[in-house]
Amino acid sequence: MTVRRLIASWPVVRQLTGDDRLGLGAAARSDRSAALVARTETADRMVKSICPYCAVGCAQRIYVKDEKVIQVEGDPDSPISRGRLCPKGSATKELVTGPSREYTVKYRRPHGTDWEELELDRAMDMIADRVIATRAATWDAPNRRTLGIASLGGATLDNEENYLMKKLYTALGAVQVENQARI
Amino acid sequence: MGSNMAECHPVGFQWVMEAKARGARVIHVDPRFTRTSALADTFVALRAGSDIAFLGAIVNHILTTGREFREYVAAYTNASAIISEDYEDTEDLDGLFSGWDPETQTYDPTSWQYAGMPAAPSAGTKESSPQGEAHGYGSKLEGAEPPATDPTLEHPRCVFQILKRHFARYTPELVEEVCGVPKARFLEVAEALCDNSNRERTSAICYAVGWTQHTVGVQYIRTAAIIQLLLGNMGRPGGGILALRGHASIQGSTDIPTLYNILPGYMPMPHAARHGTLDDYIAANTAPAGFWGHADAYFISLLKAWWGDAATADNDYCYDYLPFITGDHSSYRTIVDMADGKVPGFFVLGQNPAVGSANGKLHRAALAELEWLVVRDLVEIETATFWKDGPEIDTGELRTADIGTEVFFLPAAAHTEKDGSFTQTQRMLQWHHKAVEPEGDCRSELWFYWHLGRIIREKLAGSTDARDRPVLDLAWDYPLLGQTGEPDAEAVLREINGVGPDGRTVGGYTELKADGSTACGCWIYSGCYADEVNQPARRKPASEQDRVALEWGWAWPANRRILYNRASADPSGRPWSERKRLVWWDGDAQRWTGHDVPDFVIDKPPDYEPPEGAEAEHALRGDEPFIMQTDGKGWLFVPSGLVDGPLPTHYEPHESPFSNPLYAQQANPARQTYRRRDNRYNNGNGAVDYPFVMTTYRLTEHHTAGGMSRFLARLSELQPEMFCEVSPALAAERGLVNGGWATITSARSAIEARVLVTERVKPLRVQGRDLHQVGLPYHWGWKGLSTGDAANDLFPLALDPNVHIQEVKAATCDIAPGRRARA
Amino acid sequence: MTRMGFFTDTSICIGCKACEVACKEWNDVPDDGLNFLGTSYDNTGALGADTWRHVAFVERPRGGSAPPSSPPVNGQDAGSSPAADALDTGSAGVRWLMSSDVCKHCTHAACLDVCPTGALFRTEFDTVVVQQDVCNGCGYCVPACPFGVIDKRESDGRVWKCTLCYDRLKSDMTPACAKACPTQSIQFGPLDELRDRAAGRLGVLREAGVSEAHLYGADDNDGVGGFGAFFLLLDAPEVYGLPPDPVVTTRDLPRMWRAAAGAALALVGAVAAACARPR
Repeated sequence: MTVRRLIASWPVVRQLTGDDRLGLGAAARSDRSAALVARTETADRMVKSICPYCAVGCAQRIYVKDEKVIQVEGDPDSPISRGRLCPKGSATKELVTGPSREYTVKYRRPHGTDWEELELDRAMDMIADRVIATRAATWDAPNRRTLGIASLGGATLDNEENYLMKKLYTALGAVQVENQARI
Repeated sequence: MGSNMAECHPVGFQWVMEAKARGARVIHVDPRFTRTSALADTFVALRAGSDIAFLGAIVNHILTTGREFREYVAAYTNASAIISEDYEDTEDLDGLFSGWDPETQTYDPTSWQYAGMPAAPSAGTKESSPQGEAHGYGSKLEGAEPPATDPTLEHPRCVFQILKRHFARYTPELVEEVCGVPKARFLEVAEALCDNSNRERTSAICYAVGWTQHTVGVQYIRTAAIIQLLLGNMGRPGGGILALRGHASIQGSTDIPTLYNILPGYMPMPHAARHGTLDDYIAANTAPAGFWGHADAYFISLLKAWWGDAATADNDYCYDYLPFITGDHSSYRTIVDMADGKVPGFFVLGQNPAVGSANGKLHRAALAELEWLVVRDLVEIETATFWKDGPEIDTGELRTADIGTEVFFLPAAAHTEKDGSFTQTQRMLQWHHKAVEPEGDCRSELWFYWHLGRIIREKLAGSTDARDRPVLDLAWDYPLLGQTGEPDAEAVLREINGVGPDGRTVGGYTELKADGSTACGCWIYSGCYADEVNQPARRKPASEQDRVALEWGWAWPANRRILYNRASADPSGRPWSERKRLVWWDGDAQRWTGHDVPDFVIDKPPDYEPPEGAEAEHALRGDEPFIMQTDGKGWLFVPSGLVDGPLPTHYEPHESPFSNPLYAQQANPARQTYRRRDNRYNNGNGAVDYPFVMTTYRLTEHHTAGGMSRFLARLSELQPEMFCEVSPALAAERGLVNGGWATITSARSAIEARVLVTERVKPLRVQGRDLHQVGLPYHWGWKGLSTGDAANDLFPLALDPNVHIQEVKAATCDIAPGRRARA
Repeated sequence: MTRMGFFTDTSICIGCKACEVACKEWNDVPDDGLNFLGTSYDNTGALGADTWRHVAFVERPRGGSAPPSSPPVNGQDAGSSPAADALDTGSAGVRWLMSSDVCKHCTHAACLDVCPTGALFRTEFDTVVVQQDVCNGCGYCVPACPFGVIDKRESDGRVWKCTLCYDRLKSDMTPACAKACPTQSIQFGPLDELRDRAAGRLGVLREAGVSEAHLYGADDNDGVGGFGAFFLLLDAPEVYGLPPDPVVTTRDLPRMWRAAAGAALALVGAVAAACARPR
């Protein structure tokens, strides 16, 4: 910063040379304040989304910077929500980035007293083994099914996910497939 | 009614507020004075569990004062249909309908049929399905011939007259006695509804789980349907019965069901007793008239989508790859079986049954009986950790080391981390785009199930066991994206939409064929990828469209925004009024036209009469708007499809401190109960042990069982603890102090909660005495930032027999000051 | 530039607290403690360093006048407002007022007047903002505020309050609370327009018989020269926890300054006289 700018930026000088003689307005504005912009303006991209809470289906705009969600706003284009969000919808950023989220697989062995670590691939392999074994052990041939494997959940998931779930379960003969709609 | 829209659907409520500003009158009828009540023009407090008495009295008021929309009722409803002479009403049998079998505790609905109709009921009533498990699409009639009718509505056995007799004793005085609503208050509501329902005006009824979570829940909604049909409010703008659903895609998870009794598009799961072969299935589920007349095309297209080239005409399109259901395999039945050690494996995805389902203790006991459990969620919910920190571990009832359940917790991807569509409460699919990659081990359900299927298929490869063919032959090829190998959600949506013989997406379900030349994963969603375009991803700004906004998202079926909108025009095809015009017949163009996509065969004129031998939609007349029904009518009386009666009847909740003043039959006779030590009921002692009525609900600040809210500081600080709401009178009676603690007990359990004493809860005068109601938000559990006991622990498994939904909106309790015992 | 502000129409507030959450998400305001207060549905308590929007919940016995009702449309009677009060016995008998409170961005802002560091300043939108890079936490502003809005955050020693989303305004965006508000109870815009709109809304409500409706903070001649964020209330301000007649605490400053200046001049004169006195 040149000496001249330094002097020019001194609030007293601005107060005496500008319109703001009381020194309560522009003269008092700091460099940070002068440079301030909404962080959405500097986002790398904005992605269109839908609120994951209730079934009103409010449209959201997800702002991403450095591959992180930095803001979630209502999308004013939506004929349903007109850009508005309720407290839950407004808390979406914390939902998806908050400290309570889990990022690793946890495993509890039978009778175990605490969680253990487990690789995702290993977990998938073990779960597949459990499905195959339980299915074989509980197979009801006349009805082409197993009553040994149940599933609960789906109302918070995407249609495409429910579709693959139902498709796979049905092929496996698992019929006790349920979700929140029953509740 | 049955909804607290301002609190549970705040952004949807903006439209109610806007309507109010433009002159609409908002009436809220609810056990509690809520944030919705605060904004309503009129609030009416009623006893939890008494809605059918209230609504039935509105039906009676309409009929006795002649306020029905006569032309609409005569033309569009089954008011004129004549019912079998074997039919006997609850008025004749003191609370039972004809067909009741005390041995099996089920109804034979044969006598509820239209006179002269073939007796065989359809999709899942008679035979071996007493509990309605095959009610994929409700109901149909066997004959293609229209039922005998009396257009004058005077025949003593016509629906209109039966309706009059059935509800004759549902008077304002009865409402006062049963619901605790002053007579004048009731009449004010009934009159307001009637005055606002005619050619020029329509009224809408909004409900939510305040209606469904009862042992007679389906009949609550049925009563609303009767009112709306009588008043001509169906299929018209500003009318209808609006189900305000509670999860982002709970509608979608019913349409493309993760439910045991249906296949995509509300087709029943094959039942062992009556769907032995493909021909049996199609014969049983194809209606002679209406769009269910093409069930064969929908079903075979589904089999083609699932088993691809393996599904051929020669092998009945792999029909025998489908498992059979044999009865109730619903959530609660399964949990009871699990508690008895009969179910070894359990997947839980984005749901939290350890605190979110009725009788939480039974659920936690059931989880402890599993061999293995997979929980997929964003956070470590109670269902994942019941074995180490559940309330039973605290009290010593269970010991961690004794619990043999192997638990896999897999972190899920959030909606911002995956592509996909949600179906919101008005049946509209909206696409959400992936914003960022999921971190660490977080994955979508799409990833989890596709890769689980892949691994299982790899492990079973080469198997010669017949039971493995359905898995190995599954059409399981989707493009994989990115480093994690995420299946392409758009490719799945495209499969759901369906493709024609040319391999291109079909434009809608009318293009589906029963010859195996088309494949479609969900016929009602057909059209969502028409022209090879992801229609749910359309986002033309509302400001650039008319108010129907057909170019935002995509609503099933066929992007229609109001179902049965043919009824917005009169029988001759003219709008009932210019003010309420939506869809009408354009005589010059010989087409239906309007603001919405017409819900009718586009070129079928209003005066169309089906020729001899016409089938499916062609067998319906040009003035029959309810095109999914075999007779094209809105059903005031349900001759087929319900297991607990053709007409709604006031029954007391399973647990009630009052006796039923209308009938000797106290509660819904067909309700589903589980009489077990771990699911005790209070129906021996009536009002003595548990004198108060308790009801559960949500708060704006939290979401369902808390997995998406209690773990967030922003929401937890707004409602930081479990609390109960009581009136000053009850507080005085029981020594409860605002801000202090109370213990609420039921026949199942005891929970503690902070006390909120509020004038918003008032005792009601019911059957000559004061009734206190206790309000219990159900969001809590022991984990997260905001913790508390789970209200659901207090409630029993006592279910609606049609849909197996638990009664958590009304049961009995007691309340005392202080915290619950810990040991 | 045009003065920008909020008009909070409490007659359509549904108490959802979206404003509180949207504010915190945007401004990264920490939680204000997880405390069950037992005051209706309010567990936030009051505005403070960590609560810049606060929704008050007031449960009151229903008084002599009808609830906010709807005017007829197109001359049609939309269902005339019932003779509700007579019937209220045994049903409602209560009304539940909800109101989202916020910094008033006073025309005469005492916090600004007393700030010795220039941390508080009046922006180009005529809003009052604390500059966190300047604030030294002296706290003079805290007792100066007639509404108890501005508050020191103990964890960092500085004072915090609503900025009317200064950064968003600079980017031509609506403040987070007003953007989220589901029913548009919170409206943002040029203050003149908002005042016109509020006057219109007040007229509609009064015509519909809501005689108790009134505007709070829309008068340039009040004790703080009018609010940049004003309200339509359905009961007396004190019912909502608001001062009925707020006065800028520095109202007397100019007079005091004049007096002080006089005294100073006298002093200077005396000093000068003293200095001028020949030794």
